[in-house]
Amino acid sequence: MESCDCIDPPWPGDELLMKYQYISDFFIALAYFSIPLELIYFVKKSAVFPYRWVLVQFGAFIVLCGATHLINLWTFGMHSRNVEVVMTTAKVLTAVVSCVTALMLVHIIPDLLSVKTRELFLKNKAAELDREMGLIRTQEETGRHVRMLTHEIRSTLDRHTILKTTLIELGRTLSLEECALWMPTRTGLELQLSYTLRQQNPVGFTIPIQHPVINQVFSSNRAVKISPNCPVARLRPLAGKYMPGEVVAVRVPLLHLSNFQINDWPELSTKRYALMVLMLPSDSARQWHVHELELVEVVADQVAVALSHAAILEESMRARDLLMEQNVALDLARREAETAVRARNDFLAVMNHEMRTPMHAIIALSSLLQETELTPEQRLMVEAILKSSSLLATLINDVLDLSRLEDGSLQLENGTFNLHALFREVLYLIKPIASVKKLFVSSSLAPDLPEFAVGDEKRLMQIMLNVVGNAVKFSNEGNISIFAFIAKSESLRDSRAPDFFPVHSDNHFYLRVQVKDSGAGIDPQDISKLFTKFAQCQSLAARNSGGSGLGLAICKRFVNLMGGHIWIESEGLGKGSTAVFIVKLGIPEYSNESKLPFFPKVSANHCQTNFPGLKVLVMDDNGVSRSVTKGLLVHLGCDVTTVSSADDCLRVVSQEHNVVFLDVCMPGVDGYEVAIRIHEKFTTCRQGPLLVALMGNTDRVTKENYLRVGINGVVLKPVSVDKMRCVLSEVLEHRFLFETC
Amino acid sequence: MEVVQMQRRFVEYAASLFREGFLDGQFTQLQQLQDESNPDFVVEVVSLFFEDSEKLLNDLSRALDQQNVDFKRVDSHVHQLKGSSSSIGAQRVKNACIAFRNYCEEQNTDACLSCLQQVKQEYSLAKSKLETLFRLEQQILTAGGSIPIMME
Repeated sequence: MESCDCIDPPWPGDELLMKYQYISDFFIALAYFSIPLELIYFVKKSAVFPYRWVLVQFGAFIVLCGATHLINLWTFGMHSRNVEVVMTTAKVLTAVVSCVTALMLVHIIPDLLSVKTRELFLKNKAAELDREMGLIRTQEETGRHVRMLTHEIRSTLDRHTILKTTLIELGRTLSLEECALWMPTRTGLELQLSYTLRQQNPVGFTIPIQHPVINQVFSSNRAVKISPNCPVARLRPLAGKYMPGEVVAVRVPLLHLSNFQINDWPELSTKRYALMVLMLPSDSARQWHVHELELVEVVADQVAVALSHAAILEESMRARDLLMEQNVALDLARREAETAVRARNDFLAVMNHEMRTPMHAIIALSSLLQETELTPEQRLMVEAILKSSSLLATLINDVLDLSRLEDGSLQLENGTFNLHALFREVLYLIKPIASVKKLFVSSSLAPDLPEFAVGDEKRLMQIMLNVVGNAVKFSNEGNISIFAFIAKSESLRDSRAPDFFPVHSDNHFYLRVQVKDSGAGIDPQDISKLFTKFAQCQSLAARNSGGSGLGLAICKRFVNLMGGHIWIESEGLGKGSTAVFIVKLGIPEYSNESKLPFFPKVSANHCQTNFPGLKVLVMDDNGVSRSVTKGLLVHLGCDVTTVSSADDCLRVVSQEHNVVFLDVCMPGVDGYEVAIRIHEKFTTCRQGPLLVALMGNTDRVTKENYLRVGINGVVLKPVSVDKMRCVLSEVLEHRFLFETC
Repeated sequence: MEVVQMQRRFVEYAASLFREGFLDGQFTQLQQLQDESNPDFVVEVVSLFFEDSEKLLNDLSRALDQQNVDFKRVDSHVHQLKGSSSSIGAQRVKNACIAFRNYCEEQNTDACLSCLQQVKQEYSLAKSKLETLFRLEQQILTAGGSIPIMME
């Protein structure tokens, strides 16, 4: 290597090159020194820099390189040996460091490159996320729009408002040119333009529903792009040169309750749809975006739901109104029915009383008339009157009872009563009719039948009278027998009464009564009809005897109320029949017995039933009739003395005697005289006993004569128990008796 | 049941008596007066009737046998008999007595005699019938049953 010897020469021509070298070296050194400074400065600033060691190395390398170049500056001129040494050292160091650095960089540069790759990757990812966020935002926008639309749509339940609002809001949200709704007509064969956005009053175009485009739209639940030339989209006259905007159509299902009833038109699908058509503004070059289509679909669904809600609500409102109307009507009807029932009950109660009173008067007076002396024609007439009026009375009672039985307002009036006396009374009451028909009625009560029972006496009497009355009615000859006994369990279960389950208990017994008659009998076929209301047997006898046919029906009701059963057996026409009934009666507590009267009250006449301790004197010359009269009075509880002559009578009579019975048809005795003489015995009539004259049937003496002599009453012989009872009652109560009941 | 059969027989017999007019409602009244305190009332009264009637009939026979018939007396006897028979309900006897009385008023001896025969006949019929009836009653009572109450 040649060294330059020129130390301070003036700059030669090729000294220019030297000068440039000198300057370059200087700047290189400067740069080389400033780089590490910059590096250090920026690394200090940065938070993360994993390669410190590399930096140091690099810094050292650069510094040494810079030092080398700097020292090179001194080697342009003459320089001392030290400079040379420094230069050499620097070069050696630089060499070492740069080699080491080069070796290091082999490791480091790939690392640094990979950092770059990762950075690129992350950037891509960030871009992707950005895109997605953009999508989400649009979706959210859409959702917001839908919510708002839904809110608008659902804020009303009025169908028109719903649809109008839908169109308006859609138009606003999507900035549509036109929006229209086509509804199916009633026939379902056409679509009619019902609502539009811009046009105020759609003229009412109709399009047949069988159009390929329409079918296409109806068959999918998505919004479908359709051609603007499609009839549904041609709502306005084309403006010529302008490009119409894209059109989208979507189906709106019309859910209706009565959907599936229209199935006799084959061309109609089971669901009905309306068609919504949306048109973008023409000449806008806008396209339908996916999110807009989705928005439209969602809105269509919402509209469908809203419409169906509105429809259902309408239906339910209508149903509720109808129900309310019906309720009101029912209430009114119920109140009217109640009023009617009350009115009827009042009417029945009044008529009950009003009709029965004259009826009883007629019956009573007719029977009285019957007992007087009559010519045969008169007797027949009176009998006819009696029969008719009895029938009428029965009918009135039956109808009144049955109507009360029917509506369940009848309740049994239970009380303790004398069972034996009831049978006796039935016999007594049936006597007139039976005697007219020359029938003989007998009754036989079982010895173990209790004398007293608990039940509805009146109704039981009614049943008995009805049954026995029927027996009499349908018999023209022969006899009628009544048997009464306690029914044991075997006899209670009867094949004729399969649904009758008697329940035994300690304080009840079942009374079984059989009434057998020898009358017309009943055809076995008719037996089932016997107990139905108003049904009559077809036999001649039955028709002749009249009757409303209610009696047995009422009996059956009463018997059932009493927990029993009633039926009729007959072997056939002309062979008589037997009516049997079983009723449940209670056994009274024995402590009640003392409270009961010994004899039943006779309902029609208000007679005292017992005359305990009444002192009676009987004057009769005929031993037999004397003992009969005595027996009668003893039966009624009186204290009886008998005399057989007028003298004995006058001798025995005293103030203790309450009543004196005088037989005034004794031959040789003047009844008047006896009466006068008795009265003479007492200072005033009040102190003396009451006088009753007993007369035979054939004697016709005016009663006024007797009254004038102070006789308080006149009785025709023969006297029955009840007659005697009435006589005593009346004469004791009123001190006067014209004629007996 | 034995008792029921007997009762039925009794009922039918009694019914026949009523039907044929031997007895009327008055007899039933008598039956009603018979109760636990007076169990033999009917029998007693009827026995009394038999006694009375026998006596009266004898008296009547004697009275009508006379040469000069005392119609007043006859009438009073017949009246008595009529009263008794109507008291116990012996209807036919009573009716015969009524007819008798009419002839008494007319003072027709022959007619009266035939009436007397009639009355006697009726009486004996009634007596035998009543006795049969009582026998039947007794049978029932001994068998432990109760007498059915008759009504005309």
